[in-house]
Amino acid sequence: MPSINYLAILPVAILLGTSVLLLILTALVRGGLATKVSTSISVLAGLATLVVSFVQWSYVAGHGATTTIDHAVALDGFSVVATGTLAVALVMATLVAHDWLAHGSVVGTQFHVLALAASAGALVMVQANDLIVVFLGLEILSIGLYVLAALDRHRSASSEAALKYFLLGSFASAIFIYGAALTYGATGTTNISAISYFLAGNVLLHPGLLWAGGALLLVGFAFKVAAVPFHLWSPDVYEGAPTPVTGYMASIVKIGAFAAFLRVIVSGLGTQMDTWRPILWVLVALTTVLGASMALIQRNAKRMLAYSSINHAGYIILGVWAATTRGNAATLFYLMAYAPVVVATFAVVTLVGAPADEAHSIDRYRGLGRRQPLLGAALAVLLLSQLGVPLTTGFYAKFAVLAAAVDAGGGAIALISLIAAAIAAFFYLRWVLALYAEEPVELDRVAVPRASALVIVLGVALTLVFGVWPGPLASLANHATLLFTP
Amino acid sequence: MNVPAAWYLVLAAVLFGVGAYGLLTRRSALIMFMCLELMLNAVNLTFVTFSRTMSDIAGQVTVFFVMVVAAAEVTVGLGIVVAIFRRRSTTSVDELSEMKG
Repeated sequence: MPSINYLAILPVAILLGTSVLLLILTALVRGGLATKVSTSISVLAGLATLVVSFVQWSYVAGHGATTTIDHAVALDGFSVVATGTLAVALVMATLVAHDWLAHGSVVGTQFHVLALAASAGALVMVQANDLIVVFLGLEILSIGLYVLAALDRHRSASSEAALKYFLLGSFASAIFIYGAALTYGATGTTNISAISYFLAGNVLLHPGLLWAGGALLLVGFAFKVAAVPFHLWSPDVYEGAPTPVTGYMASIVKIGAFAAFLRVIVSGLGTQMDTWRPILWVLVALTTVLGASMALIQRNAKRMLAYSSINHAGYIILGVWAATTRGNAATLFYLMAYAPVVVATFAVVTLVGAPADEAHSIDRYRGLGRRQPLLGAALAVLLLSQLGVPLTTGFYAKFAVLAAAVDAGGGAIALISLIAAAIAAFFYLRWVLALYAEEPVELDRVAVPRASALVIVLGVALTLVFGVWPGPLASLANHATLLFTP
Repeated sequence: MNVPAAWYLVLAAVLFGVGAYGLLTRRSALIMFMCLELMLNAVNLTFVTFSRTMSDIAGQVTVFFVMVVAAAEVTVGLGIVVAIFRRRSTTSVDELSEMKG
């Protein structure tokens, strides 16, 4: 039996354990578990994960980065910080879902059970040091998400989104695992560190097999993070899935997939950098520019945010492209800055679209800032943070990624991304201006329940506080990659 | 009779290609599921072949994981198809085009 470092797998165990516990409680309690109780249990599990990530941090700082379970799971600064970020996003998304569940269109504990299990999958991806473990994490995450997307059975768009997500997601997973199989054939191992050692110590006479494997792995990841041209599923799924699920998806999937992406590409296949860098270059250029331009022509808030998240994926890939310590830190910082903001943005969209979850036209937001100044201002701050305005975390995130790219010799690609950011500014600003438009349309007040209000306040506070004072987050990201084991 | 390993790899690649082609061109959700299974089993064949040529057991162990994942995936997929069929009495992907843009 391989030795097991239980501290390393504790976050996964907490989330999966709580998920199973909730299932059992639902079956045992007569008349079903109250939403309040199930939400409290999920939030507690998320907070416990956050606390464990702090314990892990001090462990890694004292003992250095380590691997466990036959080197298949890594415990390093990178995984710890990503785990903490994921825990925060999970808690926020759970609170948003609480108010949505209280409307009663979806009853029961399914959301919490699935959300916890899928987050456990994302955590597995974050810590995975073996292609097979990455695949398992990816599947635990994705299968949970397919069901989450189908959760709202009153809207036919929900199940349509689920089927589309399922078909393209499984296609991507099959491509990914075929890539893992070919990489295994080329290097004789699926362990990411072992692949890296093998490639550093050997010259492949026939690198075709490895290149094919690497390319398939890359395509699999590009599908999952919705990079252009593999993004076609994303707007439909974002629009069709219940809005709280969309917010959950936008944050948790990005964290899990990008952490694994970085580990596989930069750490595992780092020696092949000259081969994969041009491919990523094209991906970044297409993703940032097309993501921003397509967002311009959308009239639906959720589709717009889908393209906005595609645009963001482009910047995060830019951090991966840099493939330097600075690039890794920038990628991590971007994820830390982006996750809370996107969950809070979708919290506002959920409230505006409530209760039927149908009214997501951009016209619904006209004059919102005049009717409800606080909610309008909060949404404005969140959108400006996504745009990357100074004094928000979004600014430093974009700056860090671009600086890392320029540092790594990517002046041209940094310039293209910057132009894309200018295009993206149009639709964020158009939305913000609509918030404060004159001639407010006759619309009902948007009800703001307590849990959602808490999430929105938290998102705004995080982006503003760390936007004015980014030092702590930046040093966290930098230290995390110092401890990063190749 | 000794069949060279390369033949197995080529067979797996062809199966994977057939599956991918079918998934992208067929319009019935159920046939798309079958194509997905074909792709995953092509991956299994690849793993077993490499495992055999390298005398390394890890590849064969992986096959079990892939099989479990394939089963779980199809379970969820069929559940979604049933949910859609109840609503619309169709499993054709073409008729699911409520969202566009």
